[in-house]
Amino acid sequence: MSAAVMTARTLYAKHIDSHTVCRLDDQDHVLLYIDRQVINEYTSPQAFSGLRAAGREVWRPGTALAVVDHVNPTTPVRIAAMPDAGGARQVSYLAENCRDFGIELLDILDKRQGIEHVIAPEQGFILPGMVIAAGDSHTTTYGALGAFGFGIGTSEIEHLLASQTLIYKRLKTLRVTVDGALAPGLTSKDLILALISRIGASGASGYAIEFCGSTIDALSVEARMTICNMAVEAGARGAFMAPDEKVFAYLKGKPRAPTGALWEQGLAQWRELRSDPGAVFDREIHLDASVLEPMVTWGTSPDQAAAIGAHVPDPQAVSDPILRQDMRRALNYMGLEAGMALSDIVISHAFIGSCTNARIEDLRDAARVIGGRQVAGHVRAMIVPGSSEVRAQAEAEGLAQIFIDAGFEWRQSGCSMCLAMNDDVLAPGDRCASSTNRNFEGRQGAGARTHLMSPAMVAAAAISGRLTDVRHVGERP
Amino acid sequence: MSLQPFTQVSGQAAPLLAANIDTDVIMPKQFLKGIDRQGLDRGVFFDLRFLRDGRPDPDFVLNQPAWQGASFLLVGPNFGCGSSREHAVWGLQQMGIRALIGSSFAGIFYDNCQRNGVLLITLEEAQVQRIGRLVGQPETARISIDLQVQQISLADGSVVDFHIDALRKNALLLGLDAIGGTLQRREQIKAFEREHLANNPWLS
Repeated sequence: MSAAVMTARTLYAKHIDSHTVCRLDDQDHVLLYIDRQVINEYTSPQAFSGLRAAGREVWRPGTALAVVDHVNPTTPVRIAAMPDAGGARQVSYLAENCRDFGIELLDILDKRQGIEHVIAPEQGFILPGMVIAAGDSHTTTYGALGAFGFGIGTSEIEHLLASQTLIYKRLKTLRVTVDGALAPGLTSKDLILALISRIGASGASGYAIEFCGSTIDALSVEARMTICNMAVEAGARGAFMAPDEKVFAYLKGKPRAPTGALWEQGLAQWRELRSDPGAVFDREIHLDASVLEPMVTWGTSPDQAAAIGAHVPDPQAVSDPILRQDMRRALNYMGLEAGMALSDIVISHAFIGSCTNARIEDLRDAARVIGGRQVAGHVRAMIVPGSSEVRAQAEAEGLAQIFIDAGFEWRQSGCSMCLAMNDDVLAPGDRCASSTNRNFEGRQGAGARTHLMSPAMVAAAAISGRLTDVRHVGERP
Repeated sequence: MSLQPFTQVSGQAAPLLAANIDTDVIMPKQFLKGIDRQGLDRGVFFDLRFLRDGRPDPDFVLNQPAWQGASFLLVGPNFGCGSSREHAVWGLQQMGIRALIGSSFAGIFYDNCQRNGVLLITLEEAQVQRIGRLVGQPETARISIDLQVQQISLADGSVVDFHIDALRKNALLLGLDAIGGTLQRREQIKAFEREHLANNPWLS
């Protein structure tokens, strides 16, 4: 490595360097110090049991924040009791673990409860420059704040709880530069779906992504979260953006953000968090946002996506035999014929929720599209706010009433039908327009079919009863 | 907790070569409600293994006599993508899977396997396809993996070398407990932490 490269570092290299306790070999393995972790009820139980069995303590309990989000019901009126024995056991064991190990828990009745990746930024728990690991793949969300977040499994949660560190292998770096203005009606969800469909579900495997460019600069912090959140669907083990004044304004005054002199001291350092000019990335991708159209998925992998004006692709036209076989399988599962217009796909369900797209701006987008119209008669439509605070704010802004008047179910917060671990499960053959992150087989229920899209596009689909270009809502086909 | 060491293992290898097999497919949601690691073998590939009426699907490879009780899986690109759920690995392990061979694995799944002593071998896609075709025949489904010398021995007499980081290899060979090893560096971590918090006092 030349001296110039050594001195000009990427933002990723800076984060990893500043958190490296020691190198473990000459193969890029390091012992990485982790600043924060967020804990949920379903991936943590065995980690705590492991600590108990080995008689180990939690290294720094104050760096962890626990929340119930995956298994709880989201019925419109909040109920504390879990309807199933397994979920109830997970929730009570989380409470027991938090009590015994001194970790703060936002339980189901807490007004700060919500999906972990919604509440952690909302509470100011995540700050620029941090490295965060948590037992959920969408921990990448925190990249929007200039923090580096990544998902880990339960064994790693235990390792992190016990030592505040992880054995970590440095990633390669990928810079995605996005320029051009998004057309009206398009959102950051369309942008990230377009990127994933271009590079594939493993297109960023082994990489940390840094997003930059005028399009990213123009996006709100919440819109950036959607991008970092879904970068994992392209295989990225972390995705982030240099923090800017929008990020600092977002964080200022949040409950756990520093105040006074500490805030000023932090701010001075956070302003320096960017890749050096001349820093070399292992790979570069450029995306022109101005040519994008609203995106929807047609298959069972997030990269199987196309513009809403397109048609279901034909496997016959694909030369790679593996890809062709995957497409056939996907279309068979999805119950779609090659060549049909995507806008002819009739839905039975519409779901706005998840750590990807259930923040207040997402709900405002959806409400704007609805604008007094009604959900189609054959569609069951649900809105599950990303957090209890988002829910309260949407009610205060009058959005909830717009949803209710339109025929949406207005529900309590949780992960809900994004992964259907609670009782919000689709039946075989149901077809859902969904603002979530994964269209995997069985994800929202065995045999259920998921089409991923932006919250605005879900609202448009709910109204017309079929996949619909949000720019043409209200026009009869 | 120490792990079962991986040294030399022989057994049947089952081909499962579709791309992007995600952890939702490997371990569906209804099996994630435990607080321990037990009983997850039942959930592995549940919607592929079982028909709607609960009977095993005779078309699924792991239900066929030649590959029942397989010790290895030959898998397609990006295996284990999606959710971080380690239940997927625990289930595979409880089913008897000791190693997976593929062209690429999702990052979190990769780490989860390593932490449980499940060996992941990464080869070129063409090589994976070749081995997949071979083990797809019942009479040549048996393979042997020797981690010490980093070789896969196939039923046609050929031997395939594979690469693995020394750090990972050593941990697998010895069945090392990663946490115990890391905590031997307790003082080093504490020293780092003191300086880190002094440099970034808002983290305290």
